[in-house]
Amino acid sequence: MTNSNNLLIGRRGLLAGAAGLSALSLLPSRLRAQETPRSGGVLRMGIGGGSTTDDFDIRKLNDWVPVNQAYMVMNGLVEIDADNIAQPELFESWEAAEGAAEWIFNVRQGVTFHNGKVLSADDVIYSLNLHRGDSTSAARSIASPITGLEKLSDFQIKITLASGNADLPYMLSDYHFLVVPEGFDDWSNPIGTGAFKLESIEPGVRGRFTRNVDYWKPNTAHVDAVEVIVINDISARTNALMSGQVHAINSLDFKTVNLLGRNPNLNIIRSSGGQHFTFLMDTRIAPFADVNVRRAIKYGIDREQLLQTALLGFGQLGNDHPIPRTDRFYNSELPQRAFDPDQAKFYLREAGMESLSLTLQTSDAAFPGAVDAAAIYRTSAAGAGIDVNIQREPADGYWDNVWMKAPFSMGYWGGRPTADQMLTIAYSSASAQNDSHWANERFDSLLVEARALLDEDKRREIYWELQQIVSDDGGVMIPMFGDYLDGVNKAVKGVTPHPMFNLMGARMAEKVWLDA
Amino acid sequence: MILMILQRLGLGVLTLVLVSVLVFAGTEILPGDVAAAILGQNATPESLAALRADLGLNAGPFVRYFAWAGSVLQGDLGQSLANRQPVADLLWPRFWNTMALAAYAAVIAVPLAVGLGILSAAWRGSLFDRAANVIALATVSLPEYFLGLLLILFLSVQFGLLPSLADTYAGMGFPAWLRATTLPMLVLVLVTVAQIMRMTRTTVLAVMDQPYIETAFLKGLKNGRVVLRHAAPNAIAPIVNVVAFNMAYLIAGVVLVEAIFNYNGLGRFMVDAVSKRDLPMVQAAAMVFAAVYVVLNMIADIAAIALNPRLRHPRVKG
Repeated sequence: MTNSNNLLIGRRGLLAGAAGLSALSLLPSRLRAQETPRSGGVLRMGIGGGSTTDDFDIRKLNDWVPVNQAYMVMNGLVEIDADNIAQPELFESWEAAEGAAEWIFNVRQGVTFHNGKVLSADDVIYSLNLHRGDSTSAARSIASPITGLEKLSDFQIKITLASGNADLPYMLSDYHFLVVPEGFDDWSNPIGTGAFKLESIEPGVRGRFTRNVDYWKPNTAHVDAVEVIVINDISARTNALMSGQVHAINSLDFKTVNLLGRNPNLNIIRSSGGQHFTFLMDTRIAPFADVNVRRAIKYGIDREQLLQTALLGFGQLGNDHPIPRTDRFYNSELPQRAFDPDQAKFYLREAGMESLSLTLQTSDAAFPGAVDAAAIYRTSAAGAGIDVNIQREPADGYWDNVWMKAPFSMGYWGGRPTADQMLTIAYSSASAQNDSHWANERFDSLLVEARALLDEDKRREIYWELQQIVSDDGGVMIPMFGDYLDGVNKAVKGVTPHPMFNLMGARMAEKVWLDA
Repeated sequence: MILMILQRLGLGVLTLVLVSVLVFAGTEILPGDVAAAILGQNATPESLAALRADLGLNAGPFVRYFAWAGSVLQGDLGQSLANRQPVADLLWPRFWNTMALAAYAAVIAVPLAVGLGILSAAWRGSLFDRAANVIALATVSLPEYFLGLLLILFLSVQFGLLPSLADTYAGMGFPAWLRATTLPMLVLVLVTVAQIMRMTRTTVLAVMDQPYIETAFLKGLKNGRVVLRHAAPNAIAPIVNVVAFNMAYLIAGVVLVEAIFNYNGLGRFMVDAVSKRDLPMVQAAAMVFAAVYVVLNMIADIAAIALNPRLRHPRVKG
């Protein structure tokens, strides 16, 4: 398996996210497949995470079927590659002014939409504006720091931010920022610049896409057509792969992946990335307002056991901060926190307690296996003098009724392309999704400072400290990161792990080819 | 008799009205709403509020119930909240898919079950009777989820005889459609045959204990002839009832089967809509399911009335 490569990538921190990035595309990718792609064939994908009400509205994309299909038809502005680095897509190159608040982006030339229209700056501005202002876009909060969007020429735009952000290209890699022609709004008949054209679609059921012969991206779009079958049920999806009815499926069940791996016709693609699982403490209220209690809880969990039991080892240990090893700013020298009942008891005493009784509200809606994970935690915490009472909540409405409302609950994050984005969304005291309601002044000010820096070394220093602060002081216990697991028939070539999401960052269709 | 049929029709309509209230109330108390489901973890208070206002979720429940019930009466099932498509356009193709699968299963299950039931009544106590009973009990006791996975494991993964996905699409051709839907059909047949068969056997036997059957035997008629000519016709009403009940199950109870085989029917449609909190779609699907039950039960009752000789030939008041 190729996944072990991924662990090394995070330390190659030399590759900055700012100016002159387009040169990076010349770098040899360690994950590039050796064989020569061949054209033809119909790729059949069985994807979980689709619904009857899906369409191609880029403002609403939030499940795997629409996201994968959108990437077949449309292109993003920036692409995150297998090494977690921002690469040019419809933005060909970019440059930031000092302070990273003003950016110039060059729009790729010679690209045409499926309807023959030539891509220009107007289309990009129109597409970005769909997420700004009064929009109900799910990416509205990511787009809100953009205060100005100005056309400099037909193929150049200037983006102004409320405050500096050296990671702007990474932010623009979000899967909502896809490009449609100016004025376009027929979301059931998408027009894009992507590798495939929509042939037919039955939302929540199936879709068929045929190759765009004029596709601009070199060495891609090998298959003649892609068929997507929506299979939300995990066992139906696995059966379809085993019986050869589909070539690739996403989101394997951690519990059965080892059995599936024995099938000689299949490859298991294991992608390490930012997906992580959380135990959330409301730091505004007792007992979690006391940092000693938070530390006691963090020492009271047996992470190794949890990783082996809940994820059957398909993941990495977490260190109570949300930055994965695949991130270029991952703090590799922060000591791994281990299960230590004595330390836990020590911090309980520091908080003036002999023992602690807690109610943990959870549900498998938080992540698959969350209730089991809670039970494992309960056992290890008991040894540290922490009595955990598990309160199981209905999966329906969990995110509405429990998440961010219960004093002690569970959740997950799917990961973000940059350390800044992840830390900002879940740990900045100004964020509406700071799910432990944690506020730390030093953290907040350092975060803003690092964001505007273009000097990679200085940034790294700060992000390392930020991870330390979150790990020691934060209200979130992060015991483990879970890999993305896909199952792929061996006839599919060119498949690589990807740190962003399942199915090669949801862009598998345009990259792979089928063996004869 | 006409009066009794009209009475049944009236009751059916009343049931549907009550169901509509329950369906609406049920969807009201579901935790979470469509706005939260659309925005998912990306929801912020402002975007939620904006979307809720946009979708008209802020009106009171009574206002929304009467608006909804009123338009359903006019045949308008409303619009999906998630993508603004008319619910009817999304729902009816799914409904016909479910009906097609149900019909496929019924065409095989009903004659098979009634035939087996009559045979085991005729040969009461024989090896055939006992074997049929044991097998029927076994299949009806296995959850259809398990049954489906077993069939997939053997017929699909191991031997590759049939596809594990009931993957159907417009214009695929009838033979291909039959092949694709055979596994789910088998599961449905296995879970419905048992009940119909056992009910048939019991009713036929109950009739066989009547004095007039004894008379028939005393006339010297053979066993098979007594069962077919004398007992079975008098047992038809309860059999029609259990058949109707199982037909309703084939249409409204197939949610799990549709999930295992990824069949594109109304059950999956409804599960989808519930998880998206798309209330007009949930309500429409629930009403269709309820209507199927009510109509099939009504047909069974009316058939029972019509087949009852005492009601067919009412005594003239004298």
